[in-house]
Amino acid sequence: MIADAASAGAFFLLVNIGLGLVRVARGPTTADRLLAVQLFGTTGTAILVLLSLRDNAPDYLNIALVFALLAGILGVVFTRYWQWTENTAPAKTEDRRRELE
Amino acid sequence: MNWSEAISIVLFVAGGIFFLAGTVGILRLPDVFTRLHALTKADNLGLGLVMLGAAFHMDSWQNVVKLVFIWILVLVASATVSHLIGRNALMQGQKPWEKAE
Repeated sequence: MIADAASAGAFFLLVNIGLGLVRVARGPTTADRLLAVQLFGTTGTAILVLLSLRDNAPDYLNIALVFALLAGILGVVFTRYWQWTENTAPAKTEDRRRELE
Repeated sequence: MNWSEAISIVLFVAGGIFFLAGTVGILRLPDVFTRLHALTKADNLGLGLVMLGAAFHMDSWQNVVKLVFIWILVLVASATVSHLIGRNALMQGQKPWEKAE
C-alpha cells in the first residue's frame, strides 16, 4: 500500500520535472533557467526518498543526501559562473578598461 | 490500511500539491523575482511534507535522522542559491514586475 503511494508520488514528481523543463527551454534569462534547475534538485531528492520507501531500501537515502548536497553546490557554482560571464565578462572589463584610458 | 499509512499518504498529497504549485509558479509567474517566491515554497514545504510522510515508515531512527539532515541541507542550499540568483538578477538591472495599469 505505502509502496504504491510512493510509486505514484515519485511518478507525479517526475511529471513535475518534465513540465519544469519548459521553463529551462524558454528562459528568457539565465536566472529563470537556474531557478528551474534548483527546483529539479529538490524534486529529485524527494523522488529518491520516495523510491527508497517503495523498494524498502534505506541505502537510497545516502544517495538522496549526496544529491541534495551536490544540488546545492551546483546551484552556487552555476550562479557564480553566470555572475562572472554576464556581469564581469572579459568583454565588459575590456570596455571598462577603454573607458579608463 | 492502518493509521500510519493514511497519515503518510495525506502528507505525500500535501507535499505533492506544494511541488505542483512550485512548478506551476515557475511556468506561469511573470518575472524572476515572483518565480523565486514560487520556488521556495516547493523547496521548503513540499520536500518537508514528503520527508515527514516518509519518516513514518523508516525502519530505524538513524534513517529518520538522515531524512532530517537531507531536509536541512536542502533548506540551506535553497536559501543560499535563491539569494544569489535574486541578487544577481537585481545587479544585472532586471526590474521587478509591476502590475500593468
